[in-house]
Amino acid sequence: MERILSLAQKQAGAAEVFEISTEETLAHFEANRLKQLQTSQSTSVALRIIKNGRIGYATASGSRNSRDLVAAAMETAAFGSEAKFELPGAQDYPEVGVYDSQVSAVPIKDMVALGEAMVAAVTAHTPGILCDASVERGVISVRLLNSRGARSSYRKSYFSLSIEGTLIEGTDMLFVGEGDSSCRPLVDTKKITDVVLRQLDLAKNRAKAPTRSVPVIFTPDGVSVLMMPLMSAFNGKTVFEGASPLGDKVGQPVFDKAFSLHDDPTIPFRPGSRPCDDEGVPSRRTPLVSHGVVKGFLYDLRTAGLAGRKSTGNGARGGGSPPSPSPSALVVTPGKTSFADMVADIKEGLVIEQLIGAGQGNLLGGDFSGNVLLGYKIENGKLVGRVKDTMVSGNVYQVLKDIPAIGSEAKWVGGMLYTPPIYCQGLSVSSKA
Amino acid sequence: MPDIDAIAAGLADHLKKRRADYLEARFEESETSHITYRGRELESIGRSSSSGGNARALVKGGWGFTSFNSFANLKERLSLAITQARSVGSGQSALAPVPPAVETVPSGVARNPVEIPLADKKKLLDEYNEIIWSVPGIQTSSIYYSDSRKKVIFLSSEGSFITQERADVNIRLTAIAAKDGEVQQVGLSLGSRGEFSALKGLHHQVKEMAQKAVALLTAPQAKGGEYTVVLDPVLAGVFVHEAFGHLSESDFVYENDRMREIMVLGKQFGSEKLNIVDSAAEPGLRGSFKYDDEGTRAVKTYLIRQGKLVGRLHSRETAARMNEKPTGNARAISYRFPPIVRMTNTYIEPGALSFNDIIGDIKEGIYCKNWYGGMTSMEMFTFSAGESYLIRNGKVAGPVRPVMLTGNVFNTLQNIDAIGDDLDMNQGGGCGKGGQSPLPVSNGSPHIRIRRCLVGGK
Repeated sequence: MERILSLAQKQAGAAEVFEISTEETLAHFEANRLKQLQTSQSTSVALRIIKNGRIGYATASGSRNSRDLVAAAMETAAFGSEAKFELPGAQDYPEVGVYDSQVSAVPIKDMVALGEAMVAAVTAHTPGILCDASVERGVISVRLLNSRGARSSYRKSYFSLSIEGTLIEGTDMLFVGEGDSSCRPLVDTKKITDVVLRQLDLAKNRAKAPTRSVPVIFTPDGVSVLMMPLMSAFNGKTVFEGASPLGDKVGQPVFDKAFSLHDDPTIPFRPGSRPCDDEGVPSRRTPLVSHGVVKGFLYDLRTAGLAGRKSTGNGARGGGSPPSPSPSALVVTPGKTSFADMVADIKEGLVIEQLIGAGQGNLLGGDFSGNVLLGYKIENGKLVGRVKDTMVSGNVYQVLKDIPAIGSEAKWVGGMLYTPPIYCQGLSVSSKA
Repeated sequence: MPDIDAIAAGLADHLKKRRADYLEARFEESETSHITYRGRELESIGRSSSSGGNARALVKGGWGFTSFNSFANLKERLSLAITQARSVGSGQSALAPVPPAVETVPSGVARNPVEIPLADKKKLLDEYNEIIWSVPGIQTSSIYYSDSRKKVIFLSSEGSFITQERADVNIRLTAIAAKDGEVQQVGLSLGSRGEFSALKGLHHQVKEMAQKAVALLTAPQAKGGEYTVVLDPVLAGVFVHEAFGHLSESDFVYENDRMREIMVLGKQFGSEKLNIVDSAAEPGLRGSFKYDDEGTRAVKTYLIRQGKLVGRLHSRETAARMNEKPTGNARAISYRFPPIVRMTNTYIEPGALSFNDIIGDIKEGIYCKNWYGGMTSMEMFTFSAGESYLIRNGKVAGPVRPVMLTGNVFNTLQNIDAIGDDLDMNQGGGCGKGGQSPLPVSNGSPHIRIRRCLVGGK
């Protein structure tokens, strides 16, 4: 890395080298049985240079030749976008616990046993169900150097458990599932399978959704549907382009007073946490919405430079792409209402766990809609059964403007979102006759 | 770049010393370039190179898979895959027989798209971006362009040694219009199996795209409910991929008795006019190849013929487990992943009807064009139109906001009651499954009509 940096620095002036190495092991279960054990090793390096004020970028994964990498970056810099930012100098990074040496020490046979335990719990509850499950552990090593003296190096461990079940009766299919992840070894499979068993119990009976506007409770998994349009609106890039409906709303109440949202990469032992972002900017908590008022947006170095702002430490590189603003771990502040109380409050409505196709609408405008993959009907304050063939649509800005309640029971969804259930009203539902 | 030809050649004999029921290795090297625009300005331009490999072993029905991009200690990595497979396997291995092949398949493109000067690519993209911005009412634009060249060497314990090269180019342009807090967008997505020239000359289409985005700002929203819908070839292609294609991937069927009952060959899925094909053997499309990532020769597979289910997509394992012939549909997006059952080029065969025949007797319906996205859960599907128009009394009337269509796959296939004569293959986008995305595929169809389709809306 040092060699690449010094070569690049000589030719370009400013340069940054980012290297990421991963080692992971996966036990994969298919149709209730252990099917495959998998390991992977990979290392890749990304070089970003600023030459005559323009950005050049090249990556190499696998074996690399430093000269070729520098030459490729130099070639792109001739056409690159103007760099309106400086790379950060030497920084103090916060201590964020994201590595636990116990993760690599978990024997494969223990990983297999965890998978078997999940499959056994679900198949014992519902005969005929077919489960795919996976148990994964890994370690990521990240190093970053730049020509202005920033030096960052950290290791992150992760461990994840997940199970998905499919139950088919005739041509009727039911999909259930749950997962959990951490930077530390996970051992509690019951926490995961209990969620799945509850889904199976609730889905046993069928109910018919109405075709009209009704109240809807989004479970934490369901809330991710609402987050998709918000993430595009809080992305500094969208704001800079003038395409975010929130761009000119900082300081204004746009959402219900009960709604608060922030990004936090410093929560200990969460897979989205890290001491600094992928550009060497220190991690910090960034408020996005506080009691309904828009507080700010997520920036990386480049976008911040264009917009005349400061990076919020949200520069992320996905799969070898150049840094781009991205949330690390989104947190919706829990409220005071229990899920049971929310359900009890509704005469006729729905609980949404999963929608398919929800990211396909006009995200920028805040629209979302999808077909209910897993959801339940509420009648007279009680969950009465699963709904199917039902489209739900709404606009996130209308829905979150006036929220009857925010749940008290928050959980992590997909490793990157911590949220309670949210009780919304006036969603448009259409159900197949 | 490491010399993967030499590495593979040096390992061929070692692989044949079987210590597993089956053992394979794949080595890969690739290079790509990308250019993206957000707004008026070029946002990012870059080059990348990648090399790596994997080994996969089968012992008593259990698989071991290890991927790496350091080429040190290769024989140990092979041994690791075997050890893993041993600790998984407790039954019997089954792989449909395929003849071992030794062959080198060139990419077939006149010019490697990655080597075309960046200046030429940027010039073309600049022209398209200028066109978008020349349309009044446009708030912003985005363009994503990428190309790649890839060489993959596959070798197996059965003696296959296949070197295949391929190239790919892909572009997505989006025009975003905004007014009074309303935001609307229209996109255009195109690709080619490595021919950069296929992306030239889109100026007129790009202009239309931007104009449509502005027009959508004042378009009304359709009322949700059941409609007769007509899909253009692009969207019908997405439909056949999402709603039926994924269902015909046997990895979801072969160990699932109840699914096997649903997908029993000979069952009537649609009207006699309906024929659905998946074929990597069609030359020159983005989903085309000669051998899949298990070394199985690509063939043309009829999935539905005259409305009846007649075939499905297989890996060697799913074919063996179901006593059917392998179809060459085991594909991996890169050396980091094991091959899984995937589509290639999937399409509805053309019928005899003109567009006017199809819409002529529709009193009230929706004409949906262009692709925005699609997703399926086997039984249920959703897909989104890029543009939508009302159909009134047999004629296409004004635009409405793009709609999302959703439904039950089995009912919807039965409800296709008219198939046009104008098959067109859509080469844009890519497919995702099992964490492997985007895989180059193509899909296509003539115009089709679906009765009683559920449309999301107000």
